[in-house]
Amino acid sequence: MKVIYLDNNATTRTADEVVAEMLPYFTERYGNPSSMHYFGGEVAKAIEQARERVAALIGADPREIVLTGCGSESDNAAIRSAVDLLPERKKIVTSRIEHPAILGPARYFEDRGYEVTYLGVDSDGRLDLAEAAAVIDDNTAIVSVMWANNETGTILPVEEIGRLAKEHGALFHCDAVQAAGKVPVDLRNSTIDYLSMSAHKFHGPKGVGVLYIRRGTPFAPFLIGGHQEHNRRAGTENAASIVGLGKAAELAHGYVEVEQTQVRALRDRMESALLANCRDAHRNAAAEPRLPNTSSISFDYIEGESVLLSLSDLGICASSGSACTSGSLEPSHVLRALGVPFTRVHGSLRLSLSVFTTGEEIDFVVEQLPPIVERLRALSPFGH
Amino acid sequence: MWDYNETVWDHIRNPRNAGPMDDPSAVGEAGSLACGDALRLMLRVDDSDTVTEAKYQTFGCGSAVASGSALTEMLVGKSVAEAAKLTNQDIVDYLGGLPEEKMHCSVMGAEALEAALRNYRGEPPAPIDEAKIVCKCFGVTEDQIREAVRTNALLTVEDVTHYTKAGGGCGQCHDRILEIIEHERKTERVGAPPKPKRLSNLQLMKAVEEAIEKHIAPALRQDGGDIDLVDIDSPNVFVALRGRCASCVASGATIKQFVQARLRELVDESIVVEEAAA
Ligand SMILES: Cc1ncc(COP(=O)(O)O)c(C=O)c1O
Repeated sequence: MKVIYLDNNATTRTADEVVAEMLPYFTERYGNPSSMHYFGGEVAKAIEQARERVAALIGADPREIVLTGCGSESDNAAIRSAVDLLPERKKIVTSRIEHPAILGPARYFEDRGYEVTYLGVDSDGRLDLAEAAAVIDDNTAIVSVMWANNETGTILPVEEIGRLAKEHGALFHCDAVQAAGKVPVDLRNSTIDYLSMSAHKFHGPKGVGVLYIRRGTPFAPFLIGGHQEHNRRAGTENAASIVGLGKAAELAHGYVEVEQTQVRALRDRMESALLANCRDAHRNAAAEPRLPNTSSISFDYIEGESVLLSLSDLGICASSGSACTSGSLEPSHVLRALGVPFTRVHGSLRLSLSVFTTGEEIDFVVEQLPPIVERLRALSPFGH
Repeated sequence: MWDYNETVWDHIRNPRNAGPMDDPSAVGEAGSLACGDALRLMLRVDDSDTVTEAKYQTFGCGSAVASGSALTEMLVGKSVAEAAKLTNQDIVDYLGGLPEEKMHCSVMGAEALEAALRNYRGEPPAPIDEAKIVCKCFGVTEDQIREAVRTNALLTVEDVTHYTKAGGGCGQCHDRILEIIEHERKTERVGAPPKPKRLSNLQLMKAVEEAIEKHIAPALRQDGGDIDLVDIDSPNVFVALRGRCASCVASGATIKQFVQARLRELVDESIVVEEAAA
């Protein structure tokens, strides 16, 4: 069965060019970049080239780039660094719609006596800047707000938040895992101290990430015990994946273009067709600015997992904010934070496109989804 | 992706008896929209008290669709008295198994059946005693938890969460759920399977390993801890607590009151649990 992949906010297809550049680093170029021989030195050079390519994508200097094991590691490292560096400050400010890789560390420090404020959002996913201004203070060690949300695609006013952090001498971290490769990210005149990225969200390999650390911003490393990454991240480098990350970053300049035009047009076409062809369908947080590739739609009276299973039978991959597992009360904390009613959270579907998505694929989804929704509604005890 | 078996998939793809029924003899409902799943069961019963037709509607995941489908298929042709004997475990068996985290869907089926039979007998819906709600997040009562523990021989809070959702939200009710489990295990001992008499060291090792992996470690992990089996020299079992449990001041009590008590109950009365020297 042909796979129609509309789950690109979960992960993306590794680009062929990326795989091609990676392969030699599994086979003939296996040297340790730290070694004192030419063979290892060649690998070190490849890593430096990757670092330059990543820096070029986000308007940074290569020395500001630390290569990590994933986006989650970058997020964790940023929060921990701030807590280590500013021990007299006992407050963390973040938002209710962050990824678990930020919420997890925030709760961890909350358990250990930190005051954590989770900024709320309105029904369009927009942060309340007045609230942010009221809570960020001189006791705040770090403010962490994401560039773009993974479930709805909402783009947040990070520079405004960053300015508030700066006014109070707090560090400012931004999780740009979903933004990189989809929208321009330029750190040249930015308030951001730390920024996270993850290669597998922009057609690079899984298991390699970036932590940008602004020059002059102190950093307390998370992984210690090795000189790698200028003592900022211990451990022999994941050379092949780093090379892949670099290639993906180079290609991403082009993706950003295509995302703004072709991907956005396909997403908008898909959204309007689904809203027109399905009764009682609602977009979640669709206000601009938002990522060009993401669409979150709720269908009343039906449950998300059932929709996903039916789509999966047709080869269509998507995701849902529903969590029909016993262990989670909160189906999608993001949609709940937006004030989407419980029932619509359970009936939510996230479709996320990529530069590889075609018009035929969108046509197929637009044709197949409405009858699935109708069939499941016929099964539902609600809404008749 | 859930690891559903072929039978479950078949019921998901081709649900039997789905949809509304005109003028049913009895209707029963369970679950709620807010909790993310709900099931309505409709029965037609003839003069000789036999279920001649069963239909269902659900707002729920794949397992809820399959559970309703299986339940209705099982009910047709049964007498009301036979129907009353069906449990959630029968639904699970009929489907050839469900993932642990989805067991609550089978429980929802059993609850809808119970409600339908009350309705058939002309009884009002079982009153929900607010005072007996244990899990406030999902509105699960003490009786529902007791019933699930009894029918499915549940041993840990995590088990109870899988079967009833209770404890899956804020977690504040975990202690209360554990009390209910303890109480049920004490009073239900008669029904527990007889334990083999004397175990060889190897048998003991296997049984202890399994009890720790299935029943003891999951409970500790819920609190951020963990446990390793270090050595066995019958009747002594040496364990090491990890994670949060290791630094917990109450670790000695955890070993004796929880680990040892559980192993004695599950494996052998004579077991003595010791903390392995670091
Ligand atoms: C917003 C956001 N932050 C962080 C992550 C974590 O990245 P990784 O999968 O590389 O750990 C993800 C991806 O799931 C994400 O969407």
